Amino acid sequence: MIPVECYFALSALLFFIGVYGFVTRRNLIAMLISVELVLNAVDINFAAINRLLYPNGMEGMFMTLFVIGVAAAESAVAIAIIINVYRKFKSDSVDAIQNMKG
Amino acid sequence: MFSYTIFIMLLPLLSFIVLGLAGMKMQHKVAGLIGTCSLGIVTILSYLCAFQYFGMDRVDGVYQTFVPYNFTWLPLGNLHFDLGILLDPISVMMLIVISTVSLMVHIYSFGYMHGEKGFQRYYAFLSLFTMSMLGLVLATNIFQMYMFWELVGVSSYLLIGFYYPLKPAIAASKKAFIVTRFADMFFLIGILTFGYFVDSFSFSFAGDIVMGQGTTPFIEGNIAKAVAAGGFIIPTALVLMFIGGAGKSAMFPLHIWLPDAMEGPTPVSALIHAATMVVAGVFQIARMFPLWIQYAPEAMSIVVWVGVLTAFYAAAVACAQSDIKRVLAFSTISQIAFMMVALGVSLPGHHGAMMDNHAQLGYMAGMFHLFTHAMFKACLFLGAGCIIHAVHSNEMALMGGLRKYMPVTHITFLISCLAIAGIPLFSGFSSKDEIITACMQYSPVVGWIMTGIAAMTAFYMFRLYYGIFWGTENKEAHEHHTPHEAPLTMTIPLIVLCVITVGVGIYSTLGGFLGWGGSFGSYVSAAGTDYTIHFDTQIALTSTVIAILSICLATYIYKGESQPIADRLYATFPKLHRAAYKRFYQDEIWQYVTHRIIFRCVSTPIAWFDRHIVDGSFNFMAWGANEAGESIRSWQSGDVRQYAVWFLTGTVALTLILLCI
Amino acid sequence: MANTVMFIILAVFILGSALMCVTTTRIMRAATFMLFVLFGVAGIYFLLDYTFLGAAQISVYAGGVTMIYVFAIQLVSKRTLQGLEERVKSSKMIAGGLAALAGLVVVTLILLKTGFYTQEIANVEVPMKEIGMALVGSEKYQYVLPFEFISVFLLACIIGGLVVARKEDKA
Repeated sequence: MIPVECYFALSALLFFIGVYGFVTRRNLIAMLISVELVLNAVDINFAAINRLLYPNGMEGMFMTLFVIGVAAAESAVAIAIIINVYRKFKSDSVDAIQNMKG
Repeated sequence: MFSYTIFIMLLPLLSFIVLGLAGMKMQHKVAGLIGTCSLGIVTILSYLCAFQYFGMDRVDGVYQTFVPYNFTWLPLGNLHFDLGILLDPISVMMLIVISTVSLMVHIYSFGYMHGEKGFQRYYAFLSLFTMSMLGLVLATNIFQMYMFWELVGVSSYLLIGFYYPLKPAIAASKKAFIVTRFADMFFLIGILTFGYFVDSFSFSFAGDIVMGQGTTPFIEGNIAKAVAAGGFIIPTALVLMFIGGAGKSAMFPLHIWLPDAMEGPTPVSALIHAATMVVAGVFQIARMFPLWIQYAPEAMSIVVWVGVLTAFYAAAVACAQSDIKRVLAFSTISQIAFMMVALGVSLPGHHGAMMDNHAQLGYMAGMFHLFTHAMFKACLFLGAGCIIHAVHSNEMALMGGLRKYMPVTHITFLISCLAIAGIPLFSGFSSKDEIITACMQYSPVVGWIMTGIAAMTAFYMFRLYYGIFWGTENKEAHEHHTPHEAPLTMTIPLIVLCVITVGVGIYSTLGGFLGWGGSFGSYVSAAGTDYTIHFDTQIALTSTVIAILSICLATYIYKGESQPIADRLYATFPKLHRAAYKRFYQDEIWQYVTHRIIFRCVSTPIAWFDRHIVDGSFNFMAWGANEAGESIRSWQSGDVRQYAVWFLTGTVALTLILLCI
Repeated sequence: MANTVMFIILAVFILGSALMCVTTTRIMRAATFMLFVLFGVAGIYFLLDYTFLGAAQISVYAGGVTMIYVFAIQLVSKRTLQGLEERVKSSKMIAGGLAALAGLVVVTLILLKTGFYTQEIANVEVPMKEIGMALVGSEKYQYVLPFEFISVFLLACIIGGLVVARKEDKA
C-alpha cells in the first residue's frame, strides 16, 4: 500500500504549484486555470484521507464530489465575469483592472 | 407651606423661554402682555409670601428661616452644589423690591419701547433678568448665588447691548461684562477657599432652619475647623468675595462700567443699574453678615473705606456731568457706596451678645436704604426716560424749562430728588439718617465725611433738577417739536413709585420721631429681633439743615435763566472741571494698565505659546498621520495578485504562530 | 508493487503537467496541460478504488470544465491565441515563488510532524448501491440535503452567469 504521506506530498506540491501560477500569471484565464489546480489538489487530499485513514465512512468521497460540482459552477460564473471585464476594459490582463488603486 | 414660591422662580423662566423662542412670531403687544402678566403674578406671589412670612409669629423673638425647596444638583464628596429657595427677612424684602420695580419697568416699557424693533426680545431678556435676580436673592448656598450672579451679568450684557447695531452699545456691553467677570474671578476664588476650608457652601451658619418636605438638609459647615486652620482664612475668603461684589456694585475702581451701561434703554437702566443688579454686592455682604461680624470684623474697615472713597469720588464726578443719565449713574454709585459703608460700620456687640444695637443699626440702615433707594432711583430713571422720550436727547444743554410741558414728570422727579436729598417726610431721609447715625457711632470722621457727601448729593441732584425743568428753554427745538407729557403707561409707574416713596417716608419719619413700632426695623434686622427705629434728634437736625443748605445753594446757582456763578466757577477752575467731567481719567488708567502691562507682558507670550506650541503639536500629529498614510498607500495597488501573495503570506505566518503557541 | 509504480507514474505525470501549465506562455497550452492534470487526478482516484469519483471527475471536470475554458479562451484571448506571448515580470515571479515556497515548507513540516495511523483495507471498491443510497438518503450521515442544495446552486450559477455575460441592450 502506498503510505498516506505520499498522497499528502503530491497534493501539497500540486497546491503550491497552483498558488504560484495564480500569483504569477497575468492572463485572467490562466489565473483561473491555476485555481482549478488548487481545487484538484484539495480533492486528492480528501479522497486519500477518506480511503486510507477512515475507510468506514464516505464523507471524503462525497466532499470531493460536491467540490467537483461547485468548482464547475464557480468556473462558469468566473468565465462570465471575465467576459464582462473583457467587454469593459478591452483587455484580458489583470493589470487592466486597477480601479481600486489607492 | 411656602410651596408656591417655586412659581416665583419658574414663571419668569417660562416667560423667557416662550418669548425667546416664539417671540418673533408674536405681535409686540402680545409679547409685552405675556411678560407683564407673568411678572404681575410673580409680584402678587411675592407680596403674598411677604405677608405670610412677616405675619407669622416669631420664634424666640426671631423670624425663622424657611427652606421650602433645596435639592442637591451636583454632589462632590463632602461638598455639594444645591439649588433651592431660602426665605428669611432680607430675601423676602428683596422679593418685594425686585418684583415691584420689575413690574413698574415692564408696564413703563410698553410706552417707552413702543415701535422698537426687537420689542419681544427686550421683554424676553427682562424676564430672564428678573428670574436671575430672584434666584440670586433666594439662593440657599453661595454657589447658587454665584450661578445666578453670572446669569444676572449675562442678562445685563444682553440688555445693555440691546441697540446692538450701534457701536457704543456694543462697547458698553462688552465693558460691563468683562469688568464684572474680572471681579467675579475673585468671587469664585473666595467661594472655593470658603468651601474648601469650611466644607460646605450653604448659608446655614446658625443651623436653625426649617426645611421643607423632601429637601436635602445642609451639611453643617465646620466653621470652627476653618478657624482652627488659620485665623486669616475666613477673612481672606470674605474679602475676596467682597471684591466680586465690588465689581458688580460698581465700587471704585471697578465702577467704570456703570456710566457706560447707560447706553442701554432707560427702563433697563432703571431696573438693572439702579434698583436691583447693582445692589447684589450689598446683598451678598448682608447675606454673609454673621460671618463678617463674628470672624472678620477688622476686614469690615476695608469695606468702609472703599465705600467712603467711592461715594466721594462719584459725588464729585456727578457735579460736572452734562448727560442726565450719567448724573443718575454716578448718583447710583454714590448711594450704593452709602449702603456698603452702612454695612461696614457695624461693629461686633459688647458684653456677650454678638449682635446688639451697634451691629443692628448699620445692617438695618443699609438694608433700609437699599429698599428706599430702589424705589426713588427707579422713579428718577423712569422720569429721565420720559424726558428723553420728549426731547430725544440725553444732554442737559438741550433741556430747560420743561416744567410747563410735563407736569406729572416734573412733580414725581421733584419728589424723588427731595427723597434722595434727605428731606424729612420722604423715605430717603429715614434711611440716610440711620446710616449717618451708624457712621457717627463707628467713628466721627466717617460720620462727618458721609454728611458732607450727603450734602454734595443734594447739591448735584438739584443742579440736575433745575437744569432740566427750570433755566432757559431751548426755543428752537421746541418750535419744531413741542415736548409733550409721556403717555399713561409711562406716567403711572412714576406715580406708583412716588406714592411708595412718600408713604414709606411719612410713616418712617413720624414713627422714628414718635417711637412707633412696625417700621422697617421690625422686619429686617441683623439679629432678627424687633428693632424699633429711633431718630437721634441731633443728627437728624444736622443732616436736615445741611441738606436744605445744599438745596438753597443749588437753587441760587442754577435756578435762574442764566447761571453767572456757575460760569465763573467754570472759568476759574477749568482743569478741575475737565478732570471731573472725564471722571478723573479712571478709564484711561485702566486702558493703560490692560494694554501696556497685561497685554504686552502676559497675553502676548501666552498667545505665542498657544499658537506655536499647542497648535504646533496638533499640526505635527496631523502631519505625522498624513505621512504614515502616504507611506502605506502603495499597499493598495489594485493588483489582485499582490493581494493574493500577501494573503498567502499572512496565512502561512498565522499557521506558524498557531503552531508555536 | 503495481500500485506503487502506478502511483509514481501518475505523480510524475500530474506534477510535470502542472508545472508546464503554470509556466507556459501560451494560453491554449495551459488549458491542454490542465486537461492532462485532470486526467492524472482521475487516475489517482481509480488507484484509490473510487471508480465513481474517477468517472465523475472525467466526465464533469475533464469534459465539461475544460470545454468551458477553451470557449472562454476563444472569446477573450484572441490576440494571445494568435501566438502573442505573455511576459512575466521577474519580480513578481520571485515574490510568488518565495511565498509558495514558504507555504510549502510550512505544510511539509506539519505533515512530517503528524503521525498518521493507516488502516488496513481491502482492495475492493465502494459498492455503487451504497453510494446511491447515501447520496439521496435522508437519514443521519446521508447527503440528500447537500445534493438538493448543490442542484439549486448550480441553477443559480447558470442563471447568474447568463445575466452577467449577456450583451447589454443599447437603449
